Amino acid sequence: MSKQEQADLLLKVDHLTVRFAMKRSGWGKKSYLYAVDDVSFEIKRGETLAIVGESGSGKTTTALAVARLVHAHEGIVDLDGKNFLELQGEALRKARAKLQFIFQDPYSSLNPRLRAEAVVREPLDSLDAVPVAERQAIVDRLFTAVGLRPEQQRLFPHQFSGGQRQRIGIARALATQPELIICDEPVSALDVAVQAQILNLLRRLQGEFNLTYLFISHDLGVVQHMCDSVAVMYMGKIVEHADRMSLFTKPLHPYTSALLSAVPSVDKKRREATKRILIPGDPPDPVNPPKGCRFANRCPVAQPQCSQSEPELSEVAAGHKVACHLVDEKAISPL
Amino acid sequence: MAPLLQVENLRIELTTRDGVAPVIDDLSFSLNAGETISFVGESGCGKSMTALGIMGLLPEKIGHIASGTINFDGEDLTKASDVRLREIRGNDISMIFQEPMTSLNPVYTIGEQIAEVLRRHQGLGKRAAHDKAIDLLDAVRIPNPKARVSDYPHQMSGGQRQRVMIAIALACEPKILIADEPTTALDVTVQAQIFDLLRDLGEKMGTAIILITHDMGAVAEMAERLIVMYAGRKAEEGPVEQVIDHPRHPYTKGLISCVPHLMGTLTAERPTLTEVRGIVPSIRQFGRDACLFASRCDLVSDKCLEGRPHEIGFENDQHSACWHAEDV
Amino acid sequence: MSVAEQPEEEIVRARHPFAEALEMFVKNRAAVVALVVLTLIILAGIFGPFIYPSDPFEMVWAPFSPPGEEGYLLGTDYLGRDLLSMLIHGARVSMAIGVSAAFITVFIGITVGALAGFYLGFVEEVLMRITEFFQVLPTLLFSMVIVALFGASLPMITLAIGLVSWPAVARITRAEFLRIRELEYVTASRASGSSNMKLMFKVILPNALPPIIVQAALMVGSAILFEAGLSFLGLTDPNIVSWGQIIGSNRQYILDASYTVTIPGLAIFITVLAISLVGDGLNDALNPKLRQR
Repeated sequence: MSKQEQADLLLKVDHLTVRFAMKRSGWGKKSYLYAVDDVSFEIKRGETLAIVGESGSGKTTTALAVARLVHAHEGIVDLDGKNFLELQGEALRKARAKLQFIFQDPYSSLNPRLRAEAVVREPLDSLDAVPVAERQAIVDRLFTAVGLRPEQQRLFPHQFSGGQRQRIGIARALATQPELIICDEPVSALDVAVQAQILNLLRRLQGEFNLTYLFISHDLGVVQHMCDSVAVMYMGKIVEHADRMSLFTKPLHPYTSALLSAVPSVDKKRREATKRILIPGDPPDPVNPPKGCRFANRCPVAQPQCSQSEPELSEVAAGHKVACHLVDEKAISPL
Repeated sequence: MAPLLQVENLRIELTTRDGVAPVIDDLSFSLNAGETISFVGESGCGKSMTALGIMGLLPEKIGHIASGTINFDGEDLTKASDVRLREIRGNDISMIFQEPMTSLNPVYTIGEQIAEVLRRHQGLGKRAAHDKAIDLLDAVRIPNPKARVSDYPHQMSGGQRQRVMIAIALACEPKILIADEPTTALDVTVQAQIFDLLRDLGEKMGTAIILITHDMGAVAEMAERLIVMYAGRKAEEGPVEQVIDHPRHPYTKGLISCVPHLMGTLTAERPTLTEVRGIVPSIRQFGRDACLFASRCDLVSDKCLEGRPHEIGFENDQHSACWHAEDV
Repeated sequence: MSVAEQPEEEIVRARHPFAEALEMFVKNRAAVVALVVLTLIILAGIFGPFIYPSDPFEMVWAPFSPPGEEGYLLGTDYLGRDLLSMLIHGARVSMAIGVSAAFITVFIGITVGALAGFYLGFVEEVLMRITEFFQVLPTLLFSMVIVALFGASLPMITLAIGLVSWPAVARITRAEFLRIRELEYVTASRASGSSNMKLMFKVILPNALPPIIVQAALMVGSAILFEAGLSFLGLTDPNIVSWGQIIGSNRQYILDASYTVTIPGLAIFITVLAISLVGDGLNDALNPKLRQR
């Protein structure tokens, strides 16, 4: 990797693994659920990487582990040249200021006993990065930046609508002037018309403050609109990772294709052009994942080898990585 | 042929702390046998309330039908007795809900819950009801129904539970199935399965479907006609393709264009999404003699604030309740 | 109204949650009446001895004078002591025991519950086993042992009551902590680098308080009852007057002079009922689910 490329890289996640201990079965035997299983990705400064997947795919756990909000069993989260997972004390404090989080549920992500201004100021107080005297001015600026009126600072969370609460959550995430913001399904709890307001705001702020987003979502329409590159997760693993254009126009993994084809569309042309790929059944038990490819039991084109060995995530075209036995260097979808 | 369901000038009032508000205000529509119609709108616009009104399940002491008629198969449901409504519910009109996690009783097996409906409404014996339950599970494409029939709800995934709900709803081959956000809690691949299932079963049994949703994509996939609701009133009605191609109400237009849809052709450019600014007015505002969308509308004029807009008709039965419908 | 005048959105006042809670409390009529009664009883306890100055231990008249006789409003007990005076002085003691026992209960309960609900795993296991140990002890017997061992002084009685009743508060606190710790605003606070102490006592605890406050209010009532029970059994400091003690010392004469038992009994009944109703009102006021309606 050249020097220039290294400088452009803000976040590099390597072999991240998160496991949860399950109830003991019998004496002393602990079984683990690998919610995130050996996941690696990187994000360039100022870009947006989206992680998509369905429930149970491990996308949210990945986000939480990157932010050190759940314990990572293994792996490295390299944020701006330092392993964020190993920082302690003052260094951790400094790093936390650089990495902030926007939560999914605007109704539970704000402390109901704090006024809006106190919610936004909380990270400033906890991280102690700026002098006390300057904090109010920062809060004022942020309120304007996210489109709230100054007099609303005195209100309590329950006096705001869902969209406004999410704006407060965004202001809170911006307070410490972070470089990376992890957005965990930031609009999925909002009404459709309000979603657009928040998505536009997030994109505007990205330009204004030169932010880098790790964007977690299950909504492919939203992802398509927000991201520069996409990682598709299935049962704790990344199955496909590519830039926006190639992933949405030329998906290679059968799961990605099925996922895309399942999204209902208002566009008649798209409806007529896409063949619905139905994947039957449900994902296998995550505590005892199958030996081979985890998608094999639902895959419409599965071959015997698929249930024998697990495919590696490998680059098949420039910047396009797939974990599928049936995709080779020619990068042709097996479907 | 007379429509299967004919709702005329329906007004449903809700008693709140601040007084009585019309959550459904002068709503008329009809539904033909075997047809799929969709109600679209943001939360708080009265979509679910319409469904509950038809089912006679309005929250007791809080909501009631103030005026209007609901004609189902020649019978006015607003005047039907509780006993008669119970007979109709689950038998002629049935409903599936958003939350497949909570709408099944956790202490009974799914087989018992399906059989219960069959025994109550169709008077089947224990054995016959059990066998029919297995057939129904098979019909909603649950693999290995003979074994799964004695499963408890917690042993099934969300998608499977919603299938069981559909099996219960369709057990008596109802004439109308009301689906209130049936896939909102489910993954997109499961949603596709459920939609396929609903479409197939609807066709096979000739069941008319009322699909309540906020997802225009789902409407386009599933329904023939749509009704856009805003603040308890019908904003627009018409054939799905036509309305999506050329909406005649600014709210419909906003609902379609504010969502980043997956389109047939993907461009590198990503234009800013069209916003519908603000939020749905509070229930206290409902019932005012003005256009309730005015505060969020770009086309607003004095006329909009002075009176509630009348419905304007276009070709193919497209209607829009907007003073500026021609300009949209 | 013209376009320009149209309100963009409804303006909401910056109301403190306390103001809303108060509004909900006022809506519960029974609770308001109970609060008035309770206030009167407390005032009687505090100022009564000054308005009605008389020594409750002094024998003022012939024993067993029925209420009203010779100007003694509530009559006299078996030793000829003024019952009204005893009742007023007893109010002070009963209230004091109730409040301080509830305080001890809440203090131990919150500490144990918060630690157990916050630090899961080993800490929780140990603390909850201790809680269960105290919960399965026969409460009356246990407090009798404490009082018998360490003497029947007022602080010891209070401590005994507090020691046997904290597990309920600990369980509620733990349950609330377990619920709230999963909410996103707690995660958000962690993401912004808050220490565990801050999370526990500044973020989670204030949000966990409502049911604890209700429980504490009810605790005052049950502590008064408990003390009455102990006094009735004679486990009390003979140098103080409490309502339970009046009943206890007069119990042999319940058939001859029933009012000596009935009147303090009524006082306990009214006070505990009032406290329960106030607790119920607090529940209405602090329970956010009710507030939505």
